[in-house]
Amino acid sequence: MNFINQIKIAWQALLRNKTRALLTMLGIIIGIGSVIAMVSLGQSSTKGISSEISSMGTNTVMVMRASQTQGGVNIGAGNVQTLKVSDVEAILAESSNISMASPVVNASQQIVYGANNWPGSVSGVNEDYLEINKYEIASGSNITADDMRNSAKVCVIGQTVVDNIFTKGENPLGKVIRLGRIPVKVVGVLKSKGTNMMGMDQDDIVIMPYTTVQKRMLAINYIHMISASAMSEDLSELAIADIESILRRTHKIDVEDEDDFDVFAQQQMLDMLSSVTDMLTILLAAIAAISLLVGGIGIMNIMYVTVTERTREIGLRMAVGAKNKDILKQFLYESTILSLVGGVVGMIFGVGLSYAVSSLLGWSFVLNIPTMAVSFIVCAAIGMFFGWYPARKASNLDPINALRYE
Amino acid sequence: METIIKIDKLHREFNMGSETVRALKGISFEIQKGEFVSIMGTSGSGKSTLLNILGCLDRPTAGDYYIDGTSVSKLSKDELSTIRNRKIGFVFQSYNLLPRTSALENVELPLLYNNTVSSTERRERAVHALEQVGLSDRIDHTPNQLSGGQQQRVAIARAIVNDPVMLLADEATGNLDTRTSYEIMNLFQELNSHGKTIVFVTHESDIAVFTNRTIMLRDGNIVKDEGIKTLSARTALDNLPVSED
Ligand SMILES: Nc1ncnc2c1ncn2[C@@H]1O[C@H](COP(=O)(O)OP(=O)(O)OP(=O)(O)O)[C@@H](O)[C@H]1O
Ligand SMILES: [Mg+2]
Repeated sequence: MNFINQIKIAWQALLRNKTRALLTMLGIIIGIGSVIAMVSLGQSSTKGISSEISSMGTNTVMVMRASQTQGGVNIGAGNVQTLKVSDVEAILAESSNISMASPVVNASQQIVYGANNWPGSVSGVNEDYLEINKYEIASGSNITADDMRNSAKVCVIGQTVVDNIFTKGENPLGKVIRLGRIPVKVVGVLKSKGTNMMGMDQDDIVIMPYTTVQKRMLAINYIHMISASAMSEDLSELAIADIESILRRTHKIDVEDEDDFDVFAQQQMLDMLSSVTDMLTILLAAIAAISLLVGGIGIMNIMYVTVTERTREIGLRMAVGAKNKDILKQFLYESTILSLVGGVVGMIFGVGLSYAVSSLLGWSFVLNIPTMAVSFIVCAAIGMFFGWYPARKASNLDPINALRYE
Repeated sequence: METIIKIDKLHREFNMGSETVRALKGISFEIQKGEFVSIMGTSGSGKSTLLNILGCLDRPTAGDYYIDGTSVSKLSKDELSTIRNRKIGFVFQSYNLLPRTSALENVELPLLYNNTVSSTERRERAVHALEQVGLSDRIDHTPNQLSGGQQQRVAIARAIVNDPVMLLADEATGNLDTRTSYEIMNLFQELNSHGKTIVFVTHESDIAVFTNRTIMLRDGNIVKDEGIKTLSARTALDNLPVSED
């Protein structure tokens, strides 16, 4: 008996019981749908996060003051003043794995221009900061080494600041804005970077020489952070090790004492995040796989019922010339068609769902062709595996008894 | 004369635990091409058992069976399936049509298991078979839209669609009223007149009179095997009172 006829027979049998076929497929539809959606969403989010992180510079290394704990209570990093400009100089001079480093001094100042106000967050940094953190100048120029020496009252501002201060569309370059009480000249405007993965607006920023912020705004001589760049992504680990040993020495920390600073590499964060999302993907895929298994068992169940219900039909088919293997194939094809059709519907459902969710969350949508191919094969396998025993039961029936079955 | 069926000292025993039921106790006969044979006997006399063996659904415990010249005892299961498909047409008491399936598709069924028939030919032959049983206007009806007699006609169309050498019927009129039974017998007589060999199991003697030979079984033995004077089912139908219930 040929293949087309077999498929035709199986298909006709399924059409005779549409509702049941649909309900049986539901398990597979949900299973495959969730596998596709989970894997796709997992990848979309990983991709979104990693492109976010790379846009912040994959070789970036940050040094912060350590958060201090006293008796188990985290008292924050606020009142420790250990990081100094000399630390930055030492790192630059001694580590061959660091290409650039910049002190960071943060200040919050009301920005005023004409009648406009904007709460600005000021980053006092050096001329390398923009490059370290993958900022680019859209117009005008960067702050310079001379500006550091002179504690010059100049700044480079982000697009959000421009939009909120220069509301009449004036060219910001050369304009003098006030930061608190200090008049500062705008020398450059940054290219827009958008929001980062924490939802922070990276364009809401004012870049100034750190010396200016230290002396003229905050009157401090320490710095809040060091932002550095490793020679390459792969050298991030070595750069961290260098920074740790240099800072332990310059901070005169005893061997048994803990660091009074924390060092993070962007790369580490990337690895951590992707391992978290990978784990989530695996977890969700495992849950989805379990639902597929349940779907498969559902198919087996219904196929057993079907075989029992159609005992006379099986007897009749044998009487008119069906061989045992024809009956076996018929029921195998039925279960396989059930799970394949369920699988395809599930895929459409899953792709639709993940497309909707990723566009809702603003992630880029990833269509994973290998996963779909694998799901298709898995569906066929489920249909055959779970259809096997019912089909074998059907094909082993004795035609005389089957014909007499009530 | 061409011998279609030849059985020789056929035995069939069923083992029921310690007990052995001897349903057929060494029976022999031959059936020639074009015969219309009825097999009669009381309930439990072995009629169905014999017919199942003749139909290659069952195998004898001992004895030989030749169908159309081939010995069946040495054939494999698959070969028996092919014989059932090409050489035998079954008609059952309870029609055994596939539910929710059109008359046409029901009739096509045996041809689906015959690779030499293309799908267009399959359809043509099924339509032709339905014409032969007088149901060309019921092609798309499903069994639950047909009367018992019509359902049995569909079953007969299914039995003849593969052009088998013989038709085997087990109590084919058992579920039908007198008039419909006569109509079905009339149909069988027509098929027989076109050369089809028919073996017809029944326990009703007023049905057996439409055949041309009766084999009587009792307790697994043949007690009578003789040609009879055949009545015409057509005439019998015409003689029925007009409004019989
Ligand atoms: N599968 C079986 N297992 C055991 N005994 C069987 C089996 N099939 C038939 N028999 C026995 O064989 C004998 C003949 O049965 P069979 O069905 O051939 O009778 P029958 O002549 O067709 O009767 P009826 O007119 O009631 O249909 C009976 O005694 C029956 O109990
Ligand atoms: Mg019987």
